[in-house]
Amino acid sequence: MIQIENIHKQFAKNKVLKGVNLNIPEGGIYAVLGPNGSGKTTLIKCVLGLVIPDEGSISILEQPVKNQWKYREQINYLPQIANFPGNIRVRELIGMIKDLRSKPGDERSLIGLFGLEPFLNKKLANLSGGTKQKVNLVLTFMFDSPVIVLDEPTSGLDPTAMIVLKNLIQKERKAGKTFLITTHIMQFVEEVADQIVYLLEGQVYYTGTLSGLLEKTGQKNLEHAIAHITMEKQNA
Amino acid sequence: MLKILKYSFYDLMRSRWSYVYFLFYLLLGFVLLFLNNDLSKAVITLMNIIIILVPLIATIFGVMYFYNSREFTELLLAQPLKRSSIFMGQYLGVAGSLTLSLCLGLGLPFLLYGLFKSGAILNFSMLILIGALLTFIFTGLAFNIALSNENRIKGFGYAVLLWLFMAVIYDGLFLLTLIAFEEYPLDTFSLAATVFNPIDLSRILILLKLDISALLGYTGAVFKNFLGTGLGFLISAAALLLWTVLPVWSLSFKAKKKDF
Amino acid sequence: MSQENRHYVFYILLLLLLGITPVRAGTIQVCPDCDVKSIQHGINIAQERDTLIIKEGVYAEFNILINKPLTLLGQNYPVVDGNEKGEVFRIVSDGVRIEGLFIINVGVSYTSDHAAIRVVRSKDFQIVNNRFENLFFGIFLEKSSHGVVDSNQILGIARDEYNSGNGIHLWYSNNILVKDNNIEGVRDGIYLEFADTIRIRGNQSRKNLRYGLHFMFSNDNIYSDNLFENNGAGVAVMFSKKIRMTGNRFRKNWGPAAYGMLLKEINDAEITGNLFEENTVGINIEGSNRITYRGNNFVSNGWAIRVLGACYSNAFSRNNFLHNSFDLSYNSNVNDNSFEGNYWSSYSGYDLDKNGVGDVPHRPVKLFSYIVNRTPETLILLRSLFMDLIDFSERVSPVFTPDNLVDSQPQMRLIQ
Repeated sequence: MIQIENIHKQFAKNKVLKGVNLNIPEGGIYAVLGPNGSGKTTLIKCVLGLVIPDEGSISILEQPVKNQWKYREQINYLPQIANFPGNIRVRELIGMIKDLRSKPGDERSLIGLFGLEPFLNKKLANLSGGTKQKVNLVLTFMFDSPVIVLDEPTSGLDPTAMIVLKNLIQKERKAGKTFLITTHIMQFVEEVADQIVYLLEGQVYYTGTLSGLLEKTGQKNLEHAIAHITMEKQNA
Repeated sequence: MLKILKYSFYDLMRSRWSYVYFLFYLLLGFVLLFLNNDLSKAVITLMNIIIILVPLIATIFGVMYFYNSREFTELLLAQPLKRSSIFMGQYLGVAGSLTLSLCLGLGLPFLLYGLFKSGAILNFSMLILIGALLTFIFTGLAFNIALSNENRIKGFGYAVLLWLFMAVIYDGLFLLTLIAFEEYPLDTFSLAATVFNPIDLSRILILLKLDISALLGYTGAVFKNFLGTGLGFLISAAALLLWTVLPVWSLSFKAKKKDF
Repeated sequence: MSQENRHYVFYILLLLLLGITPVRAGTIQVCPDCDVKSIQHGINIAQERDTLIIKEGVYAEFNILINKPLTLLGQNYPVVDGNEKGEVFRIVSDGVRIEGLFIINVGVSYTSDHAAIRVVRSKDFQIVNNRFENLFFGIFLEKSSHGVVDSNQILGIARDEYNSGNGIHLWYSNNILVKDNNIEGVRDGIYLEFADTIRIRGNQSRKNLRYGLHFMFSNDNIYSDNLFENNGAGVAVMFSKKIRMTGNRFRKNWGPAAYGMLLKEINDAEITGNLFEENTVGINIEGSNRITYRGNNFVSNGWAIRVLGACYSNAFSRNNFLHNSFDLSYNSNVNDNSFEGNYWSSYSGYDLDKNGVGDVPHRPVKLFSYIVNRTPETLILLRSLFMDLIDFSERVSPVFTPDNLVDSQPQMRLIQ
């Protein structure tokens, strides 16, 4: 489904990705993990075409993505920080995105799920961080696409919304969607992820199941496993 | 692209700045007409103002809009949309709304003072046309600057500098060169030097209209060919169009490589 | 015989009372089918003060000599074709009138100035309502006086100065009225050399190779209400005294050495109520003194007035300067001329006391005009913001422009 081959990316003098290889088959939830600055967001942005890799190639559904844009019709993307134009209303934003994607979207039930009805006529600049993130989620989940990319989906969410989100993810997964998620909340990973991709210093350190990672590091849970990897690297 | 143009335009039409510019031009038009009470004279004064002011406004506003709409841009970039059409849409939105402010802001007072009944209509249309071209050129240049500079302060700095250079410094250097090399034939040089500055080009177009009597006092054969025939007008207009296309081309080139 | 004479006097008195020009007893018809087939033959057989009526037709004649007072009257513009062999008419007698002829094909010569009509040492001539085409010189007045040149159409196709002549040429002549003629496409439309007390009125002189009107060493002349348009170099008035120029229009004289009017060594002249429009230079003044410029309109010229060299005691008042690229240019920084009470469209001052006179003096000379005098190519920087800034600073504290060159009473309203 998603093939990433030998991706390199450098910002100024900072080498963020140094030869990332990753093959994600169809279906299932992939959690991209790694310490701060390990290149998670950059990798995801490469997949989305927001960042142009210096080297390497990415294909999605067997199509190379370089200088292409049509393939994004197959992807729902949740950006890390919900930066919306401040002077438009929630309702207008949803309408605009639907118009731009020229695709039917099921925003109604999602608005109900997240309890956003009271905010529909408010301007985005006046919303709290959590509410913005809910709007962000509505925009992401309202379309029916085979690939869903979530960059820090949990940030700012209250527990109720978090449960709604998890249910949503499970529901879509059952529908056969492929997920690519970055997060720092390990509990969230443990609950939803099928496979883990661990990025470290711009390279893939580990790909596989959660239990495999625990086995490899000899730790009891994910949090410790990751801490262990990081320590190890520093000591080496 | 049309959809983005629509949303950018819509966005701009709701922002305070478009009205500020509209009101500014409106005021300018009325004040000039009130002071002169003579349409053709007001048009001449306007021409002098327009070629300086329009680039300034377009540059500042272009940079400002680009930085302020970063969120919107990022939102769009994740959508199945072509990159170049995103930027083209925004560019056209800004340049279009500025041109609209210019046309309406200046058009209304002149219409009320009886533009259609006067002989100044031709000069006025040319003025608006030049204003529109300069708006497009300098909005394009501003977008290029903003796209190349993440730092807003730097971006603004460069934008103002660009305007200052094109509007004042360039002509200063031009003059010094002409005086320094006055023993040499300078026809071709001075014509070439104007081509490299869109403000100078617009000025030449206006000179050809208002000061043709003086320009025909030139002795050089190159000048004579250039100014005495329609050739000068055609070449200047063509160069100005080229100037409109150039920033757009560079914009789409830059946009392809830019990371967000 | 005495009986006849008495009748003659009676008829003349009768006709004068009726207000009709007396048709003298002798009338000779000239036409291709008449007894008299050529104009020269008609002249030869005519008595003094006879009238030759020349009917429609083509008369291939040249070097026609008129040596007695006669009236030549063309009907329906008979064509007198010189076949480019030389002069067509030569008048050597007083009291000749030529009217209604269409004279074509005057011979071009590099040694003598062939003319369609040449008047030599004669008085009281009238050249009225004739048409001239394909000519060398049109009407050449040589040491003649007290004549009228009225309502002639002169249409040349001059291309080079060396083989073309002038439309109306006055040489050592005086007391002549030149009015309502229409002259196009010759070297100089009207040329005066050593011609005094001439009145030139209501003529139109256009598209001539060199000057629409050209004055040399001719004093006490008046020219008024003429139109000079699109001439190679405009109008030149040189080395003359006491000229009055009023109500003329000078338009569209374009080119590196073209002027609405060129004044060179002119003293004590009066220039009032003229219009200078869209000329490269409205008036170019060199070495001219004591001239009054009043009530003229300078509209959309490159330079309204350009002053070169020493010009003293000239007074400019109540003129309108409208939309000229430069209102005034000097090549020195001394000034002995006065500019008072003009209207300048470039005036940027104000009138707080509402007396119609600007409260701040106006400085009509821009620094930029000095720069252009020095380096003409800099003209391309006209209307540049940079130049405006320089001009502004010069206006605030003059360094290069004459300090005393100000209009201390700039008018706020157009002077009607």
